[in-house]
Amino acid sequence: MTATATPPVTEQRTPAAEPRRKYDAERLFNRVALGVLVAFSLLWLVPLAWALATSIRPSQEVITDPTSWFTAHPTLAAYGDLFDAGKLPYWYANSFITSILTTVLTVLAGSLAAFALSQTRFRARRAAFVMLLAGIMIPGQVLMIPQFLALQSAGLLNTYWGVVLPQVPNVVAVFVFKQFFDGIPRELIDAARADGASWLRTYRQIVMPISRPVISAVTIFVFVGVWNNFLWPLLVVTDPEMMTLPVGLTSVQDVFGVPYAQLMASAVLGAIPLLAVFALFQRRIVEGIAGTGLK
Amino acid sequence: MATTTAPTKARGRGDRWAGPGMLLPFSLFYLLFLVGPLIYTVVAGFFETSLLKSGLGDFAGLSNYAAVLGDSEFWRTLKNTLWFTVLTTVPLVLLSLVLAILADRFVRGRWFFRFAFFAPFVLPSAVVALMFTFIYADQVGLAQQAAKLVGVDTPPSWLGDPDWAMISIAAATVWWTLGFNFVLYLAGLQDIPRSVHEAAAIDGAGPWQRIRHVVVPMLGRTTTLVTVLQVVASLKVFDQIYMLTNGGPDGSTRPSLQLIYDTGFVEGRVGYASTVSLLLFVVILLVSLVWFALVRRAEKER
Repeated sequence: MTATATPPVTEQRTPAAEPRRKYDAERLFNRVALGVLVAFSLLWLVPLAWALATSIRPSQEVITDPTSWFTAHPTLAAYGDLFDAGKLPYWYANSFITSILTTVLTVLAGSLAAFALSQTRFRARRAAFVMLLAGIMIPGQVLMIPQFLALQSAGLLNTYWGVVLPQVPNVVAVFVFKQFFDGIPRELIDAARADGASWLRTYRQIVMPISRPVISAVTIFVFVGVWNNFLWPLLVVTDPEMMTLPVGLTSVQDVFGVPYAQLMASAVLGAIPLLAVFALFQRRIVEGIAGTGLK
Repeated sequence: MATTTAPTKARGRGDRWAGPGMLLPFSLFYLLFLVGPLIYTVVAGFFETSLLKSGLGDFAGLSNYAAVLGDSEFWRTLKNTLWFTVLTTVPLVLLSLVLAILADRFVRGRWFFRFAFFAPFVLPSAVVALMFTFIYADQVGLAQQAAKLVGVDTPPSWLGDPDWAMISIAAATVWWTLGFNFVLYLAGLQDIPRSVHEAAAIDGAGPWQRIRHVVVPMLGRTTTLVTVLQVVASLKVFDQIYMLTNGGPDGSTRPSLQLIYDTGFVEGRVGYASTVSLLLFVVILLVSLVWFALVRRAEKER
């Protein structure tokens, strides 16, 4: 890894001490910076590496020597145990279904609302926008009791809709969409409108096709958010076969007591889908966060 | 929002309702799951609402407020929550600022740092909790072994000692969520033009002076944003505490959200829990309002 921020030094052997000293300072600083960064990033990888290393060790070995990093007999036994004892395939499926449903609904309802706020003109538009703005300050978790009561009375406990519906009003998603739509050239919309396209058609055939970057950014951050949500599914789902992965994983501990190999195997299994999503869409995720409409 | 652009040409009958119509689906969700529940929370705080009986129950006036404000457990959970917020916000803002500034100097290795710091952030809290249950375990855990390695003969029980439990949870949280702030800072750094760095370098400023007098001040807005997002997120802490210590030992890590969860769902005292919810909401709201005020002022200054 070479440093790039070093200013070019024209004459290395110049007797003047001044630029020489500056160059050294820059180089020294970069060395220290690199050292600090590498130390911290390795430290940051330790828990992940250790979980992975422990999960492939035989349970007996983990008990006798819990903090060892290596094993002479790597095995997938802990993973096998999990699939036998838990309801892992259900949890994966439930997490996928609820995350996809929520994401689709959030993207549709959110982009439609953002389009209305950004491009159409109607009397209460400003008021609607201010109300939405206020919504960003409502912390969802604080409302868990009435949300729970509403779903209970609608008979939606232990259903996918019970997990999905309260997560759809994602104000941040609307903001991200609106910010993108505000940047669409006015002429493009006007041309479509002059050709007689309805607003809905303009949204569907002109705006959405050119909004792929923002759609994928919102898709990823909503998907990851719903997939990782713990408190809400914990409340509305009690049936083990309806649990999402994070809620299900916490019941693993109760099933096995404390065999750490199984615990770490379930951590790895819970981490894999998201690390895969992250590896595939690293750019988009980072862009999505960086542009969360907050700059 | 400027509405100065020319009004659209053809304004048919369908046109006037197009905007509201397209807003409708989202508004329904918004009213049903945010506004409605918020109103219910405000109202239920004035009643002896119970989870076991339907309806609001008997009118209670301000007795829930009196009960909550006079309840030492309420104040303790609030204190725990604030302590957690301090323990996480300070390192999460400072460390991510430092690491992002350092990482910004290197083009070639940046993807690696971004991966190392950001990867934990995408993990579900349940996975983080499972990993740290083992890391913090007595005798067998990595954290105690590491402490012994650096010369601490009798390391504390990280999650079992009331003095250490919250610090341990905060440390795990810093590990887990640092990447989010790190990325926000990297984005902020990208907005600083190269020419600013170069100008400062030509003026003879060393790397340390440039960071102190140029980069950090120019990141002011990002820092405000990162801090407020962090404070708001920390005030809502629940998952990792619930899974790592369930509020223990002896209630020393129990956060306000868990008090709401326990009184509301375990004991069924909805009216009481609603009052706690509303008070926590007010605290979070105040923090957000301060942020909006700061951003607005910063915007005017530009």
